[in-house]
Amino acid sequence: MSVLKYLLQKEFRQIFRDPSILKIIFVMPALQLIVIPLAADYEVRNINIAIADHDHSVYTQQMVQKIKSSGYFKLVNYTSTFQEAVTSIEADQADIVLEIPAKFELQIVREDHASIFIAVNAVNGMKANLGAVYLQNIIQNYNNQIRTKWVQFPAIPPQTNINVSVSNWFNPMMSYKYFMVPAVLATLLSLLGTFLTALNIVREKEIGTIEQINVTPIKKYHFILGKLIPFWVLGLVVLTIGFLIMRFGYQIHPVGNMLIVYLFASIYLLSILGLGLLISTYADTQQQAMLISFFLLMIFIMLGGLFTPIDSMPSWVQKLTCLNPVSYFIDVVRMVVLKGSGLADIKNHIFVIIGFAVFLNSWAVWNYKKTN
Amino acid sequence: MQAVIVEHIVKKYQVEKSEVIALKDVSFEVAKGELFGVVGPDGSGKTSLFRVLTTLLFADSGAAKIDGYDVVKDYKIIRKKLGYMPGRFSLYQDLSVEENLTFFATIFNTTIEENYDLIKEIYQQIEPFKKRRAGMLSGGMKQKLALCCALIHKPSVLILDEPTTGVDAVSRKEFWEMLQRFKRQDITILVSTPYMDEASMCDRVALLQNGQILAIDKPANINQQFSHPLWAVQASNMYELLKKLKDWQAVYSCYSFGEFYHVVMKLDATGGKEIQAYLSEQGFQNVEVKQIAANIEDSFMALMNTTHD
Repeated sequence: MSVLKYLLQKEFRQIFRDPSILKIIFVMPALQLIVIPLAADYEVRNINIAIADHDHSVYTQQMVQKIKSSGYFKLVNYTSTFQEAVTSIEADQADIVLEIPAKFELQIVREDHASIFIAVNAVNGMKANLGAVYLQNIIQNYNNQIRTKWVQFPAIPPQTNINVSVSNWFNPMMSYKYFMVPAVLATLLSLLGTFLTALNIVREKEIGTIEQINVTPIKKYHFILGKLIPFWVLGLVVLTIGFLIMRFGYQIHPVGNMLIVYLFASIYLLSILGLGLLISTYADTQQQAMLISFFLLMIFIMLGGLFTPIDSMPSWVQKLTCLNPVSYFIDVVRMVVLKGSGLADIKNHIFVIIGFAVFLNSWAVWNYKKTN
Repeated sequence: MQAVIVEHIVKKYQVEKSEVIALKDVSFEVAKGELFGVVGPDGSGKTSLFRVLTTLLFADSGAAKIDGYDVVKDYKIIRKKLGYMPGRFSLYQDLSVEENLTFFATIFNTTIEENYDLIKEIYQQIEPFKKRRAGMLSGGMKQKLALCCALIHKPSVLILDEPTTGVDAVSRKEFWEMLQRFKRQDITILVSTPYMDEASMCDRVALLQNGQILAIDKPANINQQFSHPLWAVQASNMYELLKKLKDWQAVYSCYSFGEFYHVVMKLDATGGKEIQAYLSEQGFQNVEVKQIAANIEDSFMALMNTTHD
């Protein structure tokens, strides 16, 4: 037991002696947690619009005003030819072009019908897509406004109107912060756990200390525990810092019991540290370990439901995400923080993650034994 | 009982589809308390041999025993009895001298105090810097610290892989004196070195080349095996001299050694005067020729040449 105690002491000593590692462990995640949710916002603002107005009527003026005042669009070019407006797309000044044909007002008043044309720069797919939808909405709205002014409604409306009212559960204001912050925290913890473990052990390989240790009677499980426990503790500390930022920085009051998240995180960390350990048994240099961890985590994060919902992925990808530990953690943190899920609700998640922890660690230990 | 027994060890590496044989049927025995040197150029298989003996590497075939324990089967026992100092400095650079030593003492389930006698003489030299991080030590001090760490559990066999590579001449001399002292403590020492001059400090040496042992004997005996007459030759135009000597039929081999060329002659009859005459004939000035006794390096070069032929 004293060997393990001394191993832990040595490991912590080394971590606390390296100021840059300390900063990376504590400051970087905190900073990222503060910055990323502010930037990673689904709402698209500042869409640059160019309007080619061939009509120059009161109606078009009203419509342009409405677009400008919506808050989503920035008018960068107001011209009278379509060619000029398209040029501003080509020069990357505008994202979207709205062309209003000549006699637009006349047509709408007389013939009760008019067309306009929207051209979208689809280089940035998300911006283009949302921009076009926003613009259509605004125009639709405006359309309704003038129709009520001009069109005499018959006593019985020609088509039935279904009124849809939407209420958002668990996140009534549909604030992206509420689901981004917990998920970003989960991702950061995964990154930290994998990288630190993998790099730390590979570093011992690189500087040759592992060789010196291997000729001692020290037991393998002592050595591995000596590596895993410090990072497990640090992971939980980082998680706590993250929760404090979430609570006091973002004013997110978790609905559920945070102890459940801690319980899950403590098992989850074992699996993610196991992943780091596994990588370290295959990598010979820190560079290799870095790249392997990077590519694996890249996949885990992209397919973890952080940015894009897993449910909207192709079904074969959805099946693959079952093998992604990060997705379970993101899911659990969101469930507990937003929905207030209890232990019974995340029962399956816990079983799966215990499975991951056992599987990854056994594989790592097996491979570690084989190579040494 | 022999402290180290190596029997027909073969080790092959797979390097880019071609097979490299690092150790070809290596066998030797080392007696208890002996200072045994493994001398060979870089890439001769010294480190592979030591890694097999320290249980870090499996041999493809053959067996090795340390204190009667098999390196494969009884590796757990061997690891308690063995002190190993790898060629590269491999202690924790970010831990202090004292912390490194305590660390290695602890994982061997002992304390610094318990075996302090053994390391006292070396440790006292680095003790003034015990709070300093190992990474900040000079090369010679690092080496002393590494030796302390390898000795802290009072091993019965000490294996040192190129301990003096990259260490200055004074420290090297000190180091070998220290090894002589451990010998008196009944510690068997296996040491590898690429420097031939250090071989003469060992009780016995094995000359290793391309994974094969060329000779195992006392340094003095190895020198006696050297049968050809050996001459040290110097002249004002050294570069031309080497070419001319190599072209001369009477010369068996010729290589530079300090400011002289060591010339091994084929015929016993060829004396110093004849060499002098021949070289003067070839137009060399300030020719100096003297007969010398073969040292270990000459012997090694000779053995290398015979295996090449």
